[in-house]
Amino acid sequence: MATDHSIDTHTASSSSTWSGANEPFKASYGKLMMWYFLLSDAFTFSAFLIAYGTLRFSMPTWPVPDFVFSSLPGGIHHMPLVFVTIMTFVLIVSSVTMVRAVQEGHRENRKGVVFWMFLTILGGLTFLGCQAWEWTTLIKGENMTIKQNPFGTHTENGIYLEGDGHDIKEGDSFMKGQSYIIHAHDGHFKPLKFKTESGEIKEQTLGPKAFGALFFCITGFHGFHVFSGVVFLLIIMLNVASGIYAKRNNGYEMVEKIGLYWHFVDLVWVFVFLVFYLL
Amino acid sequence: MGHLSYEEGKKVVFKGLILLGVITLIEVFIALIGKGYVIHGFHLPVWLMYILMIGFSLYKAYFIVYEFMHMRYEVPGLVRSVLLPTMLLIWAMIAFFSEGTTWLHWRAKTNDRPISSFESSIQHGKGDLPKEAGNDESHMSMPAETHSDTMKHDTTSHTLPETH
Repeated sequence: MATDHSIDTHTASSSSTWSGANEPFKASYGKLMMWYFLLSDAFTFSAFLIAYGTLRFSMPTWPVPDFVFSSLPGGIHHMPLVFVTIMTFVLIVSSVTMVRAVQEGHRENRKGVVFWMFLTILGGLTFLGCQAWEWTTLIKGENMTIKQNPFGTHTENGIYLEGDGHDIKEGDSFMKGQSYIIHAHDGHFKPLKFKTESGEIKEQTLGPKAFGALFFCITGFHGFHVFSGVVFLLIIMLNVASGIYAKRNNGYEMVEKIGLYWHFVDLVWVFVFLVFYLL
Repeated sequence: MGHLSYEEGKKVVFKGLILLGVITLIEVFIALIGKGYVIHGFHLPVWLMYILMIGFSLYKAYFIVYEFMHMRYEVPGLVRSVLLPTMLLIWAMIAFFSEGTTWLHWRAKTNDRPISSFESSIQHGKGDLPKEAGNDESHMSMPAETHSDTMKHDTTSHTLPETH
């Protein structure tokens, strides 16, 4: 009898939790599905980044990030990682303004939400602008495409037998592991000749081909997320301004959902930054 | 939803801004000092740099998910259903990275033995293969040990007399 009774209460309570008409996870359908979408998106990005790692592990040499990413707008060179650090700050700040927008939403403060969302959109656009500049520099200035990668690494010590008119002069010596970029003239790469320690004459070779494709696909996929995030932020900001969400009286939950997405974009950047620029 | 008061929430935001910014600066500093950009001739061991940078990045990720995305205030079931599946990625990393390392060894072997060696071996017999093709087709640089190995057979026409 006692056992029967306890089973009854157990089934009763579990049916009230799981048989519908309530929220076991204390989150609305929309918010929960946003979390699961982000989980699946995390797997897509992980697949990309793991592919990067696998190919990098499989290559004897790999372009060194602080050599590849060392330009700043205005023709400044040899400033490793400075520009990409600025890009990271822009994204962090836009994430912070997004948190503020969600907080103002909880207070049902329509003007506050619009103000902070507007700043978030500005941050997103700034980031996209920075990325456009970075891509332009790599494609136009340094001739990196998804099929070719001019960034190579020396595998032995030696002395250059010719200069490239940029940083390398005839007679410059280099060490094993040192990076170089092969410049192009009239659409053709001009690899420099050098003499190794053992007296051989060799030519620079292009870096691992996969680097270009991985860089443009992964940062491009992230940039596409930023772009679509900006579009959604814009739509939702206009809806906030028009007063649609105020009528729903649910603490601007739509702002919270797009906030989750926007923080996820920042979260992915943490790992893109780590994998591409730091390691 | 709102588990913190408005003022407390604002404090968390400010803390997050400073924290994420400072950690990013530290990471970049480690990357630069570790590779000898800050103090000339000073390097950090690579494994130490990697552990520090990966550790800091994981902490940033934790902070974004738990504070900014409010995961801290969700019920345990939701937290587990979102975070536990990502543990599968640990196996993905182990499997793929060890596969990548295997490819590295294969590449070293293939670079050592160019395609033309099949034809040459018919004509000249094995042992003295002209290893020209390896130079032409490889757009990636070869590993150091492969180089030194190929050098002995290769590039007789290119070798200069020793100057020192």
